[in-house]
Amino acid sequence: MCSASAELCDSTVVFPFIPLNQMTDSVVTLDNVTVSYGKNAALRDVSATFGSGAVGLLGPNGAGKSTMLKALLGFLKPDRGRMQVLGLDVAQKPLEIRARLGYMPESDSHIPGMNAVTFVAYCGQLAGLPFSDAMQRAHEVLYYVGLGEARYRNLETYSTGMKQRIKLAQALVHDPDLLFLDEPTNGMDPKGRDEMLELIRDLGHNKRVNLILSSHLLPDVEFTCDRVVVMDKGNVVAQGPIGELKGPGGRVFEVRVKGALDGFVAALKESGMDVHSTDEDVMRVFVPTDRSHAGGTDQQAIFAIAARQRVQVRHLRPSVPTLEDAFAKAVGEAAD
Amino acid sequence: MPIHDQSYRRYAGSKEAPGRAWSVIAYAGIRGMIRRRIFLALLFASWIPFIVYTVRIYFAANYPQLSPIAMTAESFRGFLGVQSIFLFFVTIWAGAGLIANDRRANALQIYLSKPLMRAEYIAGKFAVLAAFLLVMTWVPGILLVILQIVFSGSFTFARQNLFLFPAITVASFLTVIVASFAMLALSSLSKSSRYVGILYAGVMFFSEAIFGVLRLILGGTGASWISPPANLAQVIDVIFRLRPRYETPWLVSLLALAGLVVVSISVLERRVRGVEVVT
Repeated sequence: MCSASAELCDSTVVFPFIPLNQMTDSVVTLDNVTVSYGKNAALRDVSATFGSGAVGLLGPNGAGKSTMLKALLGFLKPDRGRMQVLGLDVAQKPLEIRARLGYMPESDSHIPGMNAVTFVAYCGQLAGLPFSDAMQRAHEVLYYVGLGEARYRNLETYSTGMKQRIKLAQALVHDPDLLFLDEPTNGMDPKGRDEMLELIRDLGHNKRVNLILSSHLLPDVEFTCDRVVVMDKGNVVAQGPIGELKGPGGRVFEVRVKGALDGFVAALKESGMDVHSTDEDVMRVFVPTDRSHAGGTDQQAIFAIAARQRVQVRHLRPSVPTLEDAFAKAVGEAAD
Repeated sequence: MPIHDQSYRRYAGSKEAPGRAWSVIAYAGIRGMIRRRIFLALLFASWIPFIVYTVRIYFAANYPQLSPIAMTAESFRGFLGVQSIFLFFVTIWAGAGLIANDRRANALQIYLSKPLMRAEYIAGKFAVLAAFLLVMTWVPGILLVILQIVFSGSFTFARQNLFLFPAITVASFLTVIVASFAMLALSSLSKSSRYVGILYAGVMFFSEAIFGVLRLILGGTGASWISPPANLAQVIDVIFRLRPRYETPWLVSLLALAGLVVVSISVLERRVRGVEVVT
């Protein structure tokens, strides 16, 4: 199944790419940026544009997402290329940029020996807020992220979920124009994760805070963001509005079969359908709009192909195109 | 309609221009340290020699029969020597965790994502340690000279020993700069403040031990440049217009101290980063 799927997925996937000069209200632009750790290039000649609003930075582990954020923060110096954040050059105006930026790092980060209010207010002061304003903002953002009742507890006693929230609070306290959120739901339980995603969605859509959400979790990006930049192995492989990346519509079916899979997949492809795998034994079959018919005709067509290839259809369920499909196509993960 | 909106609100107040974050770091660090009672006790203990010297000045000034214990320039130099013992302990206590604890908690990326330069971060941490060390060297040293003038009832001593003010200032600041940079550099090398403390003590004792061994082998003190405490003692002797205690030229000792500071700054430049790059 894997080999057949790999063949399918490596073939004809084309995603809409929006050139830099056609983007409006861009808050971050990277122009041919290469960043290396020693001899290993983590970003390879990357050009990308992040528009205003909520933008997802999507990719598997090791794709270069965190490296990109750290380069934009000025932590890493690119070997070549140019980066702009909020219209300011990263190489020339790092402090001005960071004054308008909030960063929620991926790893567990805090300042030892402080309680939540002190920590967040301290971060506000570091960002230039006067003490009284920083303290007032600290209380406000701690309530906002759901730590109001725990704000006088020492940070070392916080759970993983609470530590994620406090990282968001410290990134928000100085009211940044742009937020970098690096894997913000890492280690959170399902309820906490949902709440965190709601917060991020609220910030991006209701509070008009521009944000870049770096994640390998497609549902997180799909829930919170309007646009997405997809990365793989240090390259940007797709970028644009999520709706466009999902493709031009059509119908999608989840299919699980038993039998000679390679022949079945090849036959589906010959009939104009597209296939890629999701789990171990489930594949997603795309029926393009021009070939799709209502009234169960598509299902019947799949059954007919299965019958011809002598495979048993164990499961067939209608689905909708998701970002996961676009992502899998873009990074070629369907090969796995 | 809610009485108070607890949702996220935009900030409409003022923001200070970048460049003052070091003072925020310094203030928070100092406040954090003086909350520890044991540290505060150590800080108070470091002022016991000051009290002893004050009593000495008082009695020498008011009882002519005690004139042999009257303060001289050498006595003030001796006071700084006594303080170096407390300085050693306070440097370890207050300095070992300054950067190591931040590294352990991944706080550097929090700090450096704010509008502050790495130099500001280091300056803030430096200020924490330097403030405590100056409080136990420079402040009591200068106060002792003032008390000597006050108790003697004339400016004769001041006129004859006017160099004491700059001498105490230069000696204290030199000691504090060397100790603070060395400790910060070691603190940036580890995530364990305990390990850093042991390392600092080890470097000081080990260099002294090496010097001691070389002294026995060579039959002289020409190798004192190898030990930072010996170098400090040598240079401070010169600052106080005293005969240097070792055979090493004082300029060599000064260069060795300058080299230690340069190496420390170089280590800090490499270690204090928003991201740790391992290649």
